[in-house]
Amino acid sequence: MFSYCADPDTLSGLKWLSCYLTTGKHLSFYVSFGVVLLLLAITAPAALLFGFGGAAAARSRIWPVNWLGRIYIAIVRGVPDIAFFLFFVIALDQGFEWMRHQVLCPDWDQPIRRGNDFIVCAQAKLPLGNAPQWIHEVYGFFLAVLTFAIVFGAFAANVLFGAMRAVPHAQLETAEAYGMTRRQTFWRILVPQMWVYALPGLSNLWMVLIKATPLLFLLGVEDIVYWARELGGTANPRFTQYPHGDWRMWYFLALLVFYLGFTRVSELVLDRLMRKLSHGQATTGGEAQRKAAA
Amino acid sequence: MSCWQTIQDYGLRSLGIGERLLPRENFTLCEQVTLIGSGMIWNIYFGTLALLAGFFLATAVGLGKGAHNRMIRKSSEWFIFLFRGSPLFIQFFFAYFAFLSLKRLSPVFDPFTSAWLGALIVLFLNTAAYSGEIFYGALRSIPKGDVEAADAYGFSGWPRFRRIVWPTMLRLAWPAYTNEAIFLFHATTLVFFTGFPAWQQRGDALYYANYFADKTFNPFVPYPILAGYFILLTLVLLALFGLINRRLNRHLPRAARRSLKFRMNLIR
Repeated sequence: MFSYCADPDTLSGLKWLSCYLTTGKHLSFYVSFGVVLLLLAITAPAALLFGFGGAAAARSRIWPVNWLGRIYIAIVRGVPDIAFFLFFVIALDQGFEWMRHQVLCPDWDQPIRRGNDFIVCAQAKLPLGNAPQWIHEVYGFFLAVLTFAIVFGAFAANVLFGAMRAVPHAQLETAEAYGMTRRQTFWRILVPQMWVYALPGLSNLWMVLIKATPLLFLLGVEDIVYWARELGGTANPRFTQYPHGDWRMWYFLALLVFYLGFTRVSELVLDRLMRKLSHGQATTGGEAQRKAAA
Repeated sequence: MSCWQTIQDYGLRSLGIGERLLPRENFTLCEQVTLIGSGMIWNIYFGTLALLAGFFLATAVGLGKGAHNRMIRKSSEWFIFLFRGSPLFIQFFFAYFAFLSLKRLSPVFDPFTSAWLGALIVLFLNTAAYSGEIFYGALRSIPKGDVEAADAYGFSGWPRFRRIVWPTMLRLAWPAYTNEAIFLFHATTLVFFTGFPAWQQRGDALYYANYFADKTFNPFVPYPILAGYFILLTLVLLALFGLINRRLNRHLPRAARRSLKFRMNLIR
């Protein structure tokens, strides 16, 4: 990185540290922080979408849809989430391959599950066997995002379902009295009003989502936990120009500080958002603001 | 091999009793159910001990956060922020590697690097922070009238806390605390995925479920078994905490009693 880094053996102190912290591997470590942020940026709206679907389904009058929604919400309770993460990654991968297998290789006559193997025809492999490395990584990341979205979608569905029920019932009755159909009532009356009620739950969910991001490591993505373990481990002088002892503790301390800072910043931003949203609302929060101003 | 034989061989495998080698192929349903169930012993061990010990620290932290003394208040706030603001996953990693470094300084820290003690300490501190926040919230919502009535009856200091404030705090906090307990048990599944080694493959339920899923490449059997065990555990916990809740609320008229409703508070 810097010109004086050419011969690390002669360096010491801060100079050594500055060279050490800008090696190629460390740059990958910093990029993985970006991966975490990217995961959050994609997962949050996706989970919200899943959650909205789940909550709307749980309110449906058609009983199979209703049951589907309710089961989706209920199943995530009572079972450790990490089990879901481990389960969905394999299950989704096999599900996709199985579907492609059915479409692409209809005349395949051997069973797919043979003993301890799961075998689909070569064209149905995901990603294809001859695909470049980055496709494999992107596919792994995509599976992780989908898993996060499904699990957190169930949480969000629970929050939104509660928020929909918190909207005063008189509002819906009034809409009905004006001759609105169920669909119109839902989109024009219920959905616009539910967000204030949903925000505390959703902001809690956002905090939880931030704290769940290190689980990416378990899904096989090269994330910050992976790199912290990799870089912190004892570096033998035979294999690296920057030998050091076991520094994993310090790397994980850095991650701890990163997460503490991140949650603190989110807390401040969400507080501000809540203040903005409750401005002029007929809730205790809005009332308190009005009194404070007067 | 009959199923009874399997249970004898593997029922206490997670404690190191019975057959040493894990099954390697031709896994039967019985083997999976037995081994995953055997792993549940660890989950229950971690959860129960952390919860019992954490309860006392949580009371102290909850009171500390509401204390007048600035030093006590600030340190309680920082303790809660530290453990609630960061992922448990990272806390486990950090604690494990910190204990490893300490081990090099003194052999006293040898047991801390194994899961039974090291992970238990992390879980204990973590649940103390989460429950401390719950207790603090409950402490702040104790009805003003209750405390005023206590004053009028001449209660003060320790007797007032012991007989009025503390029981009311517990009563108000209990539904939230029940959830905390349930999710603490769920969090115990993280232990063996975070550096703490499963010595001689003595792991918890998820460790074995993951073992089977890896070996058979079929997640559709072991994970539902695990889910079944945890749903059962959740129901047992709900029943136990419901009994305590009944006792805490026994002086209230029936209509004013707050029943336990299972609300989630998600992963940490």
